Amino acid sequence: MFTIPNFAPAAPEMFVLGMACVVLLVDIFSAKEKQGQWAYILTQVTLIGAMLLTLRLASYSTVVTFNDTFLLDPLATVLKIFIYITAFVALLYSRAYVAEREIPNGEYYVLCLFSILGMMVLVSAGNFLTLYLGLELLSLPLYALVALQRDSALGSEAAMKYFVMGAMASGMLLYGLSMIYGASKSLDINQIATYVASKPMQQDMVFVFALVFVVAGIAFKLGAVPFHMWAPDVYDGSPTSVTLFIGSAPKIAVLGMAIRLLVGTLPSLHIQWEQLLIIVALLSMVLGNFVAIMQKNIKRMLAYSSIAHMGYMLLGVLSGIAAGYAAATFYIITYALMSMGAFGMIVLLSRAGFEAENIEDFRGLNARNPWLALMMLILMFSMAGIPPTVGFFAKLGVLEALISVHLVWLAALALLFAVVGAYYYIRVVKVMYFDEPEKIEPVTTTKDMQLAISVNCLAVLALGLFPSGLINLCRVAFAS
Amino acid sequence: MKETLYYTSLAIILAPLVGATLAGFWGKTLGRTWTHRVTIFCVGVAFVLSLFMCKLFLLDKFPTTSINIYAWAISGSFHFNVGFLLDPLTAFMIATVTFVSLLVHIYTIGYMADDEGYQRFFSYISLFTFMMLMLVMANNFMQLFFGWEGVGLVSYLLIGFWFKRESANFGSLKAFIVNRVGDFGFILGIAAILDYFGTVDYQQVFTQAGSMSHHTLSIWPGAHWSVITVICILLFIGAMGKSAQMPLHVWLPESMEGPTPISALIHAATMVTAGVYMVSRMSPLYEYSQVALSFVLIIGASGALFTGIIGVVQNDIKRVVAYSTLSQLGYMIAALGVSAFSAGMFHLMTHACFKALLFLAAGSVIIAMHHDQDMRNMGGLRKYMPITYVCFLIGGLALSAIPPFAGYYSKDAIIEAIHASNVPGSTYAYYCVLFGAFITALYTFRAFFLTFHGKERMDENTRGSLKESPWVVWLPLVALAIPSTIIGFIVVGPILYAKPSLLGSSIFVLPSQNILQKMAADYHGPWATFLHAFKTLPFWFALSGVVVAWLFYLVYTDIPAKLTQRCQWLYSLIVNKYGFDDFNQLVLTNGTTRIARWFFYIADVKFIDDFFVNGTGRVINWVSKMARMSQTGYLYHYAFAMIIGLLIFLGWILL
Repeated sequence: MFTIPNFAPAAPEMFVLGMACVVLLVDIFSAKEKQGQWAYILTQVTLIGAMLLTLRLASYSTVVTFNDTFLLDPLATVLKIFIYITAFVALLYSRAYVAEREIPNGEYYVLCLFSILGMMVLVSAGNFLTLYLGLELLSLPLYALVALQRDSALGSEAAMKYFVMGAMASGMLLYGLSMIYGASKSLDINQIATYVASKPMQQDMVFVFALVFVVAGIAFKLGAVPFHMWAPDVYDGSPTSVTLFIGSAPKIAVLGMAIRLLVGTLPSLHIQWEQLLIIVALLSMVLGNFVAIMQKNIKRMLAYSSIAHMGYMLLGVLSGIAAGYAAATFYIITYALMSMGAFGMIVLLSRAGFEAENIEDFRGLNARNPWLALMMLILMFSMAGIPPTVGFFAKLGVLEALISVHLVWLAALALLFAVVGAYYYIRVVKVMYFDEPEKIEPVTTTKDMQLAISVNCLAVLALGLFPSGLINLCRVAFAS
Repeated sequence: MKETLYYTSLAIILAPLVGATLAGFWGKTLGRTWTHRVTIFCVGVAFVLSLFMCKLFLLDKFPTTSINIYAWAISGSFHFNVGFLLDPLTAFMIATVTFVSLLVHIYTIGYMADDEGYQRFFSYISLFTFMMLMLVMANNFMQLFFGWEGVGLVSYLLIGFWFKRESANFGSLKAFIVNRVGDFGFILGIAAILDYFGTVDYQQVFTQAGSMSHHTLSIWPGAHWSVITVICILLFIGAMGKSAQMPLHVWLPESMEGPTPISALIHAATMVTAGVYMVSRMSPLYEYSQVALSFVLIIGASGALFTGIIGVVQNDIKRVVAYSTLSQLGYMIAALGVSAFSAGMFHLMTHACFKALLFLAAGSVIIAMHHDQDMRNMGGLRKYMPITYVCFLIGGLALSAIPPFAGYYSKDAIIEAIHASNVPGSTYAYYCVLFGAFITALYTFRAFFLTFHGKERMDENTRGSLKESPWVVWLPLVALAIPSTIIGFIVVGPILYAKPSLLGSSIFVLPSQNILQKMAADYHGPWATFLHAFKTLPFWFALSGVVVAWLFYLVYTDIPAKLTQRCQWLYSLIVNKYGFDDFNQLVLTNGTTRIARWFFYIADVKFIDDFFVNGTGRVINWVSKMARMSQTGYLYHYAFAMIIGLLIFLGWILL
């Protein structure tokens, strides 16, 4: 007997899907010279609309639909809200960049929208099928986006690497999921959780075996060591606007996936995944921070910095307590904010035919545009975790979680590597403020970009001064 | 009444601070005249109010009062208050301090008349008065330490007042560093008090002293020391620094590089007596430690004799007076060592008067001599400066303990007390102070004769301009000459022998050690003491000192040179101040410099900077370089890394 499912919880997803199709059509029929403008406006409208719909649906309870394959809980709501916000800002930064370069406008926005749709499905997944569907929907447009600048050899190479490795990682994840399915005879996250909890661990080594593959899949998507290899090349090879996009919203969605898979599906294997995540987090912090020191290209430096940050974020997840998950969520949201700001700054300093990709290009920025230099300073301090910026509270939160589960040694090491990390962030500040500029012409920016970047950076500062609102929001997501 | 006391004590202590602040920050605006008017007025207020306190506590026998102004810090069970302890000893001391300070302020108008730093100088001496009052009026060890360090700081600033002179900078640094050594002991003592008594409040500490006297602490395994002894000796090390006792006396002669009013105020009358005051104040602690008292006695008596001997060979008029100060401080300290605290305080007061008098008189001579301080260039000044001459003579007689001048009563009491005592070391101490009486008279009158009598050895230019100093200079001399003459006669009875004595309630003496009470049996009033002088040994020693000085420096003037030649080794020993300075310079200063150099070049530059700091950087750089190698750019390497990672994880978790 077929009953019509409740569509309402999935209204934002359906809206985004519909609008993505509309954007595609509008782009085809719009005039050549206006191409992209309409697509851009409609995309942003879509994001605003989805945001309104999500806010309208927000509640403290969990709603499930489509035979329990789709769920809408506080976690999904919070993550979606920040996915919209980061995507919105990312596209704002991209507009001028994309328009100036040989990047097909319409497709760019459509691909972004589909990827966002994938993220939304991913964080709302209540079933392995929806989860995998969301993940692939998230990933495939990203591969295409990386290669969108067709005549760029670097871009094509990056896309190729990203695609092949992404396929491998998907395969690993899928392999893990299928083993869990085989052993538990269910795809439903809640049912599996109950099933695994009822079994003594020794009998079901298959779950532990599967867990390793699942963790590998998650680590790949986050870009954590040793599954990080794609990140520097992709960050470096993609058009900066795409890097900006890859580095922000998808990370938030993947955290949602990690929580669904580890906390939602396999909570009884916490001891195992805690160990695995400790290794991944430690390696990420070490490798990310150490290798970033050597980078001359700021995009690569930020890629390694993102690896290190993912390590810190995982510290919150591995603690296995609600406060830790909330801290990880807080961390990933603020990281997305900082990372967007930093890449936004690169976009801002680049012009057609010139990419401000090297740290050298930031030389003497203070003399050329003191305001932008100050904004970059806030971002770098925040990434290094210096108060009163939000980066400090992000680190504080995960370290607090670690200490409350008596992993003090790990917290101490994390702190030590943060000191190493501070070096390369502060070097950027040093270059901006204490080195002579190579070019003396002032940086000219468009008003909206300048405003966006200022709001972005000041938000980093403001959230550092008044972090309690966001912290509470993250706690709400894990209140149940 | 308590209200009155509260505001009076606040006014006494704050008035000099107000003066110092006004002179220091607005001195240029106020101008010279108003600067000295304001500061003198402020110190004058403090002096008058101090006299009121004296009347209240010394004459009316008002009970001891402790007032807490406010809690500066509360940490756990420890309370650190700012407050005043008002009792006879405090009243006695603040009156002495403010009296000398007031006269020195007035004297400064004349002495510093041509100096560029006129306002700065007034600001400093007022600040000094504030700090000294803080030290004296404190009711707890923390505030005592504040005042203690405060006077040390101002002393440093004033010795180096003429900071363009190399020697002044050297002297100020020396004073500061030597005092650090003493203060190290002092603060350890305070820390020990806080540790064992759990409070820094005087009265709370004193009430526990008796029960604490049986406690011991082990400094190193096996060595059990009485807690009180350790505390007392540590505190006394502080006193040795501030009151310039051997071997920490080396800074005081150097401090003469400061302007003469400072030598009179700080390095003779008040600051250097802080150690004496502190030990008297702590009498309830010292009384329970025979060892500490012995230590105090021997240090004091040795200083009294040996620093006096150095004074005999000095040619700088101020240095003679400086060494005499060292010697007299030794007397005071020695008196404390035999539990004659009142005698020590008595000598402190008389000494404050006659030593300030001598310094200011010397200053008057120096003004006349156009800031030439070498006595070999003086002589015959008597007819040019009669007032200074008379004042210096009175000061000299008082210092030499010739009756009936003030010094006689106080010094005689000290010598008698040491004679009568049976504290270990008192026999040695007695011979020291007895022979010291001879030496005192000798160097004092040597200076007197060389300066005011004999041939006029100055050059023609100076001789032509020799004249008596202005009234602002000689007025304080006269004002100090009067108490230097009579105060001993007036005060000797009440302060030493009366029952209850003047300082009675402030000073605690165990009945078995109450030396002054034993002596009181032989006391029949000041006149009797005066007449008795001619039958006592110290008097004849002092008198022979005067005679010898007269013979050597006026009659047979070639004897000193011959003696010097004959006893070359002894002379050079004394001229070199027994080698203390050389020892400090060669062993301590050079040793410290060498150690510091080692720490800088080896420990800091090589080890910390190069090995740790830069080494960490180098290692990180190297690791970073190595790790970067892993990012080859080849897809199959990446894929391989993923597989390896996966396999390691599997192995880790399954095995």
